[in-house]
Amino acid sequence: MGLLIKSKKNIHEKVKGMKIIVCVKHVPDTAANIKVVGDNGFDESVKFVMNPYDEYAVEEAVRTVQQNGGEVVAVSVGKQNAVNTVRSALAVGADRGILVKTDAQFLDSATTALALKAVIEQDGMPDLIFTGKQSVDSEGMQTHYRLAAKMGLPVATDVVAFSMTNGNVVVECEMGGGDREVIEMSRPCVIAATKGLNEPRYPKLPDILKAKKKPLVEMNLDDLGLGTLPESAAVTSLTQVKERGAATMMTGTVKEMVEDLVNRLENDAKVL
Amino acid sequence: MSNIGVLIEMDGQEIKASNYGVLTAACSGGNAVALVFTENGEAIKNDLERFGAGKIVTMSATNPVQKAKLMAAVVKEFNLRALLGLSSARGRDLLARCACILDAPLALDAIQIDLADGMVVKSHFSGKTTAIIQLSGDTLHVGLRPNVIEAVEKPVSAELIPFTAETGDSDGLKILEVKKGGTGTIDLTEAEIIITGGRPMDSAENFKILHACAKVLPGAVGASRAAVDAGFAPHSMQVGQTGKTVSPKLYIGCGLSGSVQHFAGMKTSRVIVGINTDKDAPIFGKCDYGIVGDLFEVVPALTEVLNKNR
Ligand SMILES: Cc1cc2nc3c(=O)[nH]c(=O)nc-3n(C[C@H](O)[C@H](O)[C@H](O)COP(=O)(O)OP(=O)(O)OC[C@H]3O[C@@H](n4cnc5c(N)ncnc54)[C@H](O)[C@@H]3O)c2cc1C
Repeated sequence: MGLLIKSKKNIHEKVKGMKIIVCVKHVPDTAANIKVVGDNGFDESVKFVMNPYDEYAVEEAVRTVQQNGGEVVAVSVGKQNAVNTVRSALAVGADRGILVKTDAQFLDSATTALALKAVIEQDGMPDLIFTGKQSVDSEGMQTHYRLAAKMGLPVATDVVAFSMTNGNVVVECEMGGGDREVIEMSRPCVIAATKGLNEPRYPKLPDILKAKKKPLVEMNLDDLGLGTLPESAAVTSLTQVKERGAATMMTGTVKEMVEDLVNRLENDAKVL
Repeated sequence: MSNIGVLIEMDGQEIKASNYGVLTAACSGGNAVALVFTENGEAIKNDLERFGAGKIVTMSATNPVQKAKLMAAVVKEFNLRALLGLSSARGRDLLARCACILDAPLALDAIQIDLADGMVVKSHFSGKTTAIIQLSGDTLHVGLRPNVIEAVEKPVSAELIPFTAETGDSDGLKILEVKKGGTGTIDLTEAEIIITGGRPMDSAENFKILHACAKVLPGAVGASRAAVDAGFAPHSMQVGQTGKTVSPKLYIGCGLSGSVQHFAGMKTSRVIVGINTDKDAPIFGKCDYGIVGDLFEVVPALTEVLNKNR
């Protein structure tokens, strides 16, 4: 793939550059109170935002195109309101948006991946695909793997550093214990971002206004020939997690409080 | 009884202790088959036998793509009904790659599992709700959050089975190197006790009082996002929504306000202690034990008491 090599001929032409897809999900704000409704639904009147990990993905895509020329296409699979998250991506630098509409907030990861694959292929193969490493609502942590597998592309997750070298990409992935794995992948590939990859920019008002004029295409899951697919992982019930009640407070001097605490941890809670 | 695979994670030459709970989960649903990437199966045989692994399948590969292909071949060869593992960085990666090869259902970061019915319980909405997920398909792939299932010994004698299969190339993915974090401390997600510092830590230097305490506990040291963003600690130490999800026996939060996003990463801890100067801090409304006080006095005092007791 020689997209980075500018031939003499096109030096004075507009650089064609790269095409980057970034997958974004519309999710409830992490600070929102989630109220379970029925067996497996929730009160969706809460504030929704772009999935926080996807912000790193969008930022990296936009920076990469700023350096190399090209375009960033933000793609989301979600309910009609997810159009707001696509617009948010446009406001921070994506060039075009595509929304694949569904009726469900929780779609099987495999279905989401098939929908993403279908739109991406319809739109034309990109050089890179960025995603977040997980969504903060269903916490599935697998859509990027499913997408990569269905498209036959390499994938790396928990990416905290990204660079390009002669046609390939090099990423650093967080492995736990502070270790990082340095991985080289051929292009195109799927890169799942996590915190640390960059500092996402805040959209400025003129950018938000400009984003309203950027092209955004909406389609239905059915338009992609993906009507009803069997679910391999279905959410059958949701339960509110009860917060612990108020703490048992230690009293006295610092020394007394600490001694009392250690005593309770050893003898009541038996965790020391 | 069906065969249940367990991907065993090594830490150098040793088995990570958190694998044993996963073996216990496997034994609850069938015959445990351990899958291990190692050159020396003999060395770990005793440990795996102690927790019920009747078969130990050893494999050799370093590239994650090839590892996953081997795992998928084992799933077929041993007709595994499920493949379990730790939902650690490594475990998540390999389970996901293997599930994709087999087009199998996958649930990561599960906190409960019912193999008979193919159901798992996992966190949704950053720990604000739990979801029961019904998995359907041939081989259920499940990554369990470390420490959520207590390991129970179940001595058996195991058969060591070296396994190879054609894995082809690594499909465009190459590991160039592993950069060591340099801390050499216990991995946060594995630690049984964690002591965490928040914004008032005020400098990287001050974290040494937490490290001193962690040494006697013994445990690992974590940080809030406020402390990480201020540069007092690396992101690898961050607990919460955009950091690590941990589930230790004991979590001691020092100078944490008790934000929803921080709790998203640690609310499944068995016991939570809050240390805060503000008696009205939200953390005291959602933890088990509280001390109102300055962490710079309380933490050293705690270290001293623990030292005396040891
Ligand atoms: C999308 C998103 C993701 C996020 N992800 C994370 C995450 O992964 N992890 C995370 O931690 N946060 C996360 N946050 C940030 C979170 O909302 C809080 O801002 C953060 O957790 C606050 O950190 P803190 O408790 O250390 O600091 P503060 O909220 O500032 O609290 C400091 C506390 O220390 C007390 N204090 C002050 N001095 C002392 C002293 N000397 N001794 C004892 N106590 C003292 C104060 O009374 C106060 O309660 C996220 C936010 C968003 C929006």
